[in-house]
Amino acid sequence: MTYDITIDGKEYRLDLNRGEGNWSCRLDGREVEVDAVLARPDVLSLRIGNQAYEVKCERVAGEMHLWVGSARFAAEVRDPRSLRGRARAVDDHGPRKLTAPMPGKIVRVLVSQGAEVEAGTGVLVVEAMKMQNEIKSPKKGTIQKILVSEGAAVNAGDVLAIVE
Amino acid sequence: MFKKILIANRGEIAVRVIRACHEMGIAAVAVYSDVDRAALHVRKADEAYPIGAPAASESYLNIQKILDVAARSGADAVHPGYGFLSENAKFARACADAGVKFIGPTAAAMDAMGSKTRARQAMERAGVPFVPGTSRGLESFEQAEQVAARIGYPVMLKAAAGGGGKGMRLVHVPEELKSALEGARSEAERSFGDSEVYIEKAIMNPRHIEMQVLADEHGNTVYLGERECSLQRRHQKVVEEAPSPIVDPDMRRRMGEVAVRVAKAAGYTNAGTVEFLVDQQKNFYFLEMNTRLQVEHPVTELITGLDLVHLQIRIAAGERLPFTQDEVMIRGHAIECRIYAEDPDNNYFPSPGKITLLLLPSGPGIRRDSGMYEGWTVPMDYDPLLAKLIGYGTDRDQAISRLTRALNEYFVGGIKTNISLFRRILSDPDFRAAKLDTGFLDRLLKQKPAEAPADPKAIEVAVIAAGIFAALGPAAAGAGEQPVGNHSANTKPNPASNWKIAAHREATR
Repeated sequence: MTYDITIDGKEYRLDLNRGEGNWSCRLDGREVEVDAVLARPDVLSLRIGNQAYEVKCERVAGEMHLWVGSARFAAEVRDPRSLRGRARAVDDHGPRKLTAPMPGKIVRVLVSQGAEVEAGTGVLVVEAMKMQNEIKSPKKGTIQKILVSEGAAVNAGDVLAIVE
Repeated sequence: MFKKILIANRGEIAVRVIRACHEMGIAAVAVYSDVDRAALHVRKADEAYPIGAPAASESYLNIQKILDVAARSGADAVHPGYGFLSENAKFARACADAGVKFIGPTAAAMDAMGSKTRARQAMERAGVPFVPGTSRGLESFEQAEQVAARIGYPVMLKAAAGGGGKGMRLVHVPEELKSALEGARSEAERSFGDSEVYIEKAIMNPRHIEMQVLADEHGNTVYLGERECSLQRRHQKVVEEAPSPIVDPDMRRRMGEVAVRVAKAAGYTNAGTVEFLVDQQKNFYFLEMNTRLQVEHPVTELITGLDLVHLQIRIAAGERLPFTQDEVMIRGHAIECRIYAEDPDNNYFPSPGKITLLLLPSGPGIRRDSGMYEGWTVPMDYDPLLAKLIGYGTDRDQAISRLTRALNEYFVGGIKTNISLFRRILSDPDFRAAKLDTGFLDRLLKQKPAEAPADPKAIEVAVIAAGIFAALGPAAAGAGEQPVGNHSANTKPNPASNWKIAAHREATR
């Protein structure tokens, strides 16, 4: 299996082959000795050489986060052979979704459909646990769609609006 | 002794009280709102009753509904926990009227402590030290000038009806007094419809230290030592410890005796806490009395070896205190971290949601009082306190190192928590040196956390782990969403999609 993995804006190529209990692994072409045990779902015990690591995996709102000790890394994993993997590269130019970062209630919609927004313009306000959080536009563009109305309850990851 | 206790609360404190009930052979009755059916306290209880809509006013604050459950379940006592109805004199009175014992002080004692001015007058008669100033409203600017000159600058102007910092002015020099007084008055009028303002000496960078008291219903009152609660954010305590690093046995005795005097003046029974402000010369001033079990009671339990909830229940059942003041011994040091569902990267905004992975710390000197479990969804309707992690050691340094070690073992996945904040606090040189005051946390949070460049080795480990998790697929995923990766990004797996996957594999082979 081959994956293109992006962490902190840098892309790595990882070739993995599952052997007898062990994995043979090439990281950017370099051979790395890896011994992996899935201790429980979402927790890997890794030995790289003789160094031992416990790595935790968090999967929230379509994102994968890896925790190595107390450091968290957001990872994007793509299969370079898949069409979707290739399509992802140009994602930034197309429409972008605004998603709810947490479950909550929409208390205000700040702009209307068709409005021109700058990157960072507040689009909606979500309230959870009596605190309000402004959801901002990730890019300059036009609000193509607002998918929720004031008072609606939303879950983490729900698409709230689309900016084109 | 009681046969059955209703716990009028939720979260970790409800679980804490249920445990005490079971230890004492008492049945525990839980109540829950519509979003709390799956909460831990419902799982742990012997009986559980729904009490309505998520809004606290419809459920946990609804006196009638809770008393109805008490009647239906045949509970002979109610433990209110902290928050919600715990300091509500009306509730205490309603329990008494319904023939159910309220585990806490009497309604009369709560009333005496509930009103700021009444408490101050009662305490004045009892000879309790206050922050110097006037205990009645200022009549004129001239009077303010005279009092300020007598007690010395800086002074604080405070609205008598105040709260939340409204109608408050800090005055450093006499020239600022006039405009500050006018400002405070008009703000008090606008905010509370009452322009009464009084004056107090301003205590700069005070410590917040509180004294635990316990009183039985036979006139015996003892103090159980102090807790240092200076680490606060938005007036909310974040870290508490006992004993306070600055309190020596003599100061403890003096503060304790004042606290007992306060409790006696109010006719207080059961567990309570007397809060003090302490200035840099270690003078202490009465602030207020909390007429309930405190969130941070475990640190006192660890250093005294007592179980405060057991004692609360025994006292409410009419028993005498089983020990005297002289028998109270303080041993070791305990520190508590309040684990909140909050996002440190987003100004500590609450972060409810599903807990996808929970790894728990344990080992020597670690106590964990928690209301969460893996797979549970933290509702957005209540206070974001998830759990309390308490470290105990022979001394402060050992308590800190055990707690630091336990924080590294603690992992809460799926939601954001403030665990990383405690790592910062516990490693801070001022914290280590016990240089604490109520401004500590705001100062710490103003500094950007030291942005250490990511360790290249850790990145390599993360890359390899990400690949292995992707390769293992759904089998390696826990209680969270389906694994993210090529085949399932942002889509729920479709049971009929195996054909598609097979076709895809063929196509890309």
